[in-house]
Amino acid sequence: MLATMDFRLSSEQEAFRQTVRDFAEKVIGPRAEEMDESGEFPVDIVLQMGELGLFGLPFPEVYGGAGADFTTLCVAIEELARVDSSMAITLEAGVGLGAMPLYLFGTEQQKQRWLVPLARGEKIAGFGLTEPEAGSDSGNTKTTAELGQGEWVINGTKAFITNVGTPISQHVTITARTAPDEISNIIVPVDAPGFTAGRKYKKLGWHASDTRELVFADARVPEENLLGARGEGFKNFLIILDAGRVAIGALAVGLTQGCVDMCVSYAKERKQFGKPIADFQAIAFKLADMSMSADLGRLAVYRAAWLHDQGLPFKREASVAKLYASEAAVTAAREAIQIHGGYGFMDEFAVSRFYRDAKVLEIGEGTSEVQRILISRDLLGG
Amino acid sequence: MNVLVLVKQIPDPNNPYQLANNRLKRDGGQNVLDPGDEFGVEAALQLTEANGGEVTVVSMGPESAMEAIRRALSMGAHKGVLISDDSLQGADALVTARVLAAAIKKTGFDLVIAGVESTDGSTGTVPGAIAELLGVPLASFAKHLEIKDTTLHIQRQTEKGYDDVESPLPAVLTVTAGVNEPRYPTFKGIMQAKSKPVEQLKVGDLGLSADEAKATQTVNEVTPAPARGAGEKFEDDGTGAAKVADFLKEAKVI
Ligand SMILES: Cc1cc2nc3c(=O)[nH]c(=O)nc-3n(C[C@H](O)[C@H](O)[C@H](O)COP(=O)(O)OP(=O)(O)OC[C@H]3O[C@@H](n4cnc5c(N)ncnc54)[C@H](O)[C@@H]3O)c2cc1C
Repeated sequence: MLATMDFRLSSEQEAFRQTVRDFAEKVIGPRAEEMDESGEFPVDIVLQMGELGLFGLPFPEVYGGAGADFTTLCVAIEELARVDSSMAITLEAGVGLGAMPLYLFGTEQQKQRWLVPLARGEKIAGFGLTEPEAGSDSGNTKTTAELGQGEWVINGTKAFITNVGTPISQHVTITARTAPDEISNIIVPVDAPGFTAGRKYKKLGWHASDTRELVFADARVPEENLLGARGEGFKNFLIILDAGRVAIGALAVGLTQGCVDMCVSYAKERKQFGKPIADFQAIAFKLADMSMSADLGRLAVYRAAWLHDQGLPFKREASVAKLYASEAAVTAAREAIQIHGGYGFMDEFAVSRFYRDAKVLEIGEGTSEVQRILISRDLLGG
Repeated sequence: MNVLVLVKQIPDPNNPYQLANNRLKRDGGQNVLDPGDEFGVEAALQLTEANGGEVTVVSMGPESAMEAIRRALSMGAHKGVLISDDSLQGADALVTARVLAAAIKKTGFDLVIAGVESTDGSTGTVPGAIAELLGVPLASFAKHLEIKDTTLHIQRQTEKGYDDVESPLPAVLTVTAGVNEPRYPTFKGIMQAKSKPVEQLKVGDLGLSADEAKATQTVNEVTPAPARGAGEKFEDDGTGAAKVADFLKEAKVI
């Protein structure tokens, strides 16, 4: 018998999608505008997401997880992003970047201590790779960690780090030079002496997501906080980013779908020249294009997620999914404003928030240029 | 404590309804667990979490009603009973009450919880009929509930406020939409629901005669409610407020 190709999610995954959609629409939706305006990180909502089990989706139950898989996590991120990107990135960064390094590289003891509270959704954590001089060139780490008397003494600065300055932040795992040509990962709890989560950046979008500069001034943590083998830190973080890209793709697909849904109902209601603007082909075709890009992005994201869940190589597919879906999201959000006309430019309409939230998708976890470098390198070798 | 919750699968109320032979079309479109029943499931879960015991969800409906039962199981209910029988197509409120009462008796119960009325049929008569058939008290319109020793205490929603009502157990209870905040099913809950037991029954399993299971009501005609009139406009020439007040008084609103 031929192996069959099946594009459906399981009925449990579909049921869970519906749960997350209801949650997003009923709990997050009504607060999204106010959160965007105030820039406050909504601890209560994030803890409710934790109770739903969102932060433990891909982890086994022994670590406080739900025992689902990476694809199911992507579905959840997608459904949150359909309503609000700030909460979607809080989940994406919380699981994909914050918790995943512990799950993949932690010792049993480290998992029990650091992963369990994250998977249960009681705490969140961050991933500290980017520095002022190490963005796309993320291996250009300047932060140092020196071992002495059983402690790492850390000095340096991290830029644009998500999820570390909230009242429920537990730690950040960083890359640091433990020797001139050696990068390692170290777990830094937020209350470590010498560590400060600096002020919040003012951002174009993702207002309710926590993004901060982190400062390490003789910050001290115990030697046992080394995560993974010494010298493997950069390589290990790149592994984390491969899956992270798929999850960002899922966020982009959700944002695009949100644009489709808002625009379809607006275009049917808004009348000009005596008829709904949906009756104008110029508008209807925009909707068709937008919906097509949501579909194609979703296919690319689910393929990459599925490969990852199967334990198959997915690096190239991850870049394709992230690149396509994020650029489609930016286009969709721009067209969504166009379909809404002047109302779309006003803050009362969610499309304006979606437009501001979309842009960063082409930047975080590897810019579009970096994705094209990775994909072309795969084609050309080298 | 054995708490039974009556649940119903209905066509998604967010979509426009469709009729066939003066009856609601239940196949084709998307069906959901009646949102009003989620309050009953949540109330039952809270009661058994506090007092121990099991929650059993009971539904009468087509085979597809299994999805509504699974939804309740994924919220945390322990087991289910589904009564599905071709002969029940077109059952009226009385037949529904007889069938459910028989299934409830067969299962055993300390408390039966239902919504005040279904979102689709809205007769609101089934819980009362069940209480009568079971010969137990009906505590209705609860906006708050508690069990102390073996007595059920509720706040019964009234037009002006609420009445404090007590009832011995076993009893039938109906809960309003304000009674609690139903939980969302977690992924773990959805996975566990797959392997929870659901007993499937036919009319014959309930000891009901064919006559008892036959509807005596027929719906002859369905007409949409008349569209609301244009309303009354008061021009404000300085006496606008007084005119509005007179109007409201006349309508007995104030
Ligand atoms: C809101 C937000 C949250 C973030 N959260 C985190 C986090 O939690 N953890 C973390 O570690 N980082 C985080 N980042 C950082 C993010 O990953 C970086 O911003 C991103 O990798 C780009 O780095 P950069 O900003 O330094 O840009 P640069 O690398 O300076 O890029 C500037 C421009 O040059 C282009 N460019 C650079 N190199 C090349 C090249 N070789 N060829 C062609 N073009 C090139 C880039 O594509 C880009 O267009 C976050 C960023 C933002 C905005």
